[in-house]
Amino acid sequence: MIKESNLNANDTLYRETVLAGDYWIKEIKAGQTFRILDLEGNQAADTLFFSADNTAERYSAMDTIREQGNVYLTAGTKLQSNFGNTLLEITADTCGRHDTIGGACATESNTIRYALDKKCMHACRDSWMLAIAQNEQFNLSKRDITHNINFFMNVPVSPEGGLSFEDGISDAGKYVEMKAAMDVIVLISNCPQLNNPCNAYNPTPIEILVWN
Amino acid sequence: MTKQTTDNDLYYKDTIPGGSHWSMLIRKGTILRLTDPQGGANVGMLFYNPNEKLERYNAPDTLKCQHTFKLTKGHCLYSDMGHIFCSIVDDSLGWHDTVGGNLSDHNMHKKWGKKSYQDHRNDWCISGDHSFLVELAKYGLNQRDMAANLNLFSKVATNNDGNLSFVENHSKQGDFIDLRFEMDTLVLLHTCPHPMNTATEYPKRPIQYQLRKSAAISEDDYCMNHCSENQRGFQNNALYHLGGSSSSYSGDLT
Repeated sequence: MIKESNLNANDTLYRETVLAGDYWIKEIKAGQTFRILDLEGNQAADTLFFSADNTAERYSAMDTIREQGNVYLTAGTKLQSNFGNTLLEITADTCGRHDTIGGACATESNTIRYALDKKCMHACRDSWMLAIAQNEQFNLSKRDITHNINFFMNVPVSPEGGLSFEDGISDAGKYVEMKAAMDVIVLISNCPQLNNPCNAYNPTPIEILVWN
Repeated sequence: MTKQTTDNDLYYKDTIPGGSHWSMLIRKGTILRLTDPQGGANVGMLFYNPNEKLERYNAPDTLKCQHTFKLTKGHCLYSDMGHIFCSIVDDSLGWHDTVGGNLSDHNMHKKWGKKSYQDHRNDWCISGDHSFLVELAKYGLNQRDMAANLNLFSKVATNNDGNLSFVENHSKQGDFIDLRFEMDTLVLLHTCPHPMNTATEYPKRPIQYQLRKSAAISEDDYCMNHCSENQRGFQNNALYHLGGSSSSYSGDLT
């Protein structure tokens, strides 16, 4: 569902550009809103959320889609934790839908999907591993790295049980915005994937905007 | 068609009651057959590598590399480290779920109320969530190690708009699935209901299981050749087992 934001980009608490292949990890306080802006179009922002008070509580893809009864995420979606609580709610979305069942790229899964000799190419999970290694204050380890949201990615599911990675429906300037229902740690890998046509083999920067 | 097996192939068979949980190490080269003796079964399942328990079943990796939303014969069930825990070598159902998630205590109470052990003894009701937590804790694992699980014998389909629905009466009496283990695997399972089950009472459906010896994997193996991704998955498993005593696949590693 397309829903535009009422927030003014001049009133942000801060805004930061995240380059493809980099990670972004920050705490967002309850009541704050953050936006991911697709600067050049069809970029994938592989995103995980954790409760800042107890990181064992984290975003759950399967709980989110089951409780809303739909496999795609968009404005109105309540992002559910594995404890059955709402972490954040998507409050604006100019892309229309986002994937949460395709998971993130990892060097190991790239060997399966593309070729064994691509195993050393950069991948989202490597960005997450570096993020948790460099930010021990968040108390995260590989055990906490689970199934994510792929903002801006288009992964249609068919009634016959098919699943495909299609060309993106996002475009330069499209964004998704969400309001935190509790204090959350946001961990984003701006996807470095060079083997998937869904980003036209061209990973590009995103921008993060945060409002009080 | 189901291959005829001789009694010599059978290691063990048993039944797990409905609304229960168990775990076991299943070794490479073993086939686990699960059979629904009454109809309406659901088997929640998780896999871990017993030698490196950080390596676990990964539903998104499994679905995306085989371009599927459902699981059936020919599909392999992947770890988050690019290995195949097991292959679905036979299946009478055509669709098993891995996106519906697990039954939480909260949702169980909301749907079916509480049936405590104190009041009901063996007829009490437990959630899939508590079932997995108990089995995980036996191996030093906890909530943080829990990933999206399989719901074997259950079907959750989408319509063209992506709306999800639980298909009632999907599994019939006698339906079965055969999982051939391609590496040593710690298997956690429960027989608690699917979280989207709409029954008016907590449904308790038992499951029968058999463990038997698998034949050696041939070059024309159905699962290995189901897609090029699975061929590479088997190559990764062969690399993982390099130098080991039981390398049943000896394909080209390059």
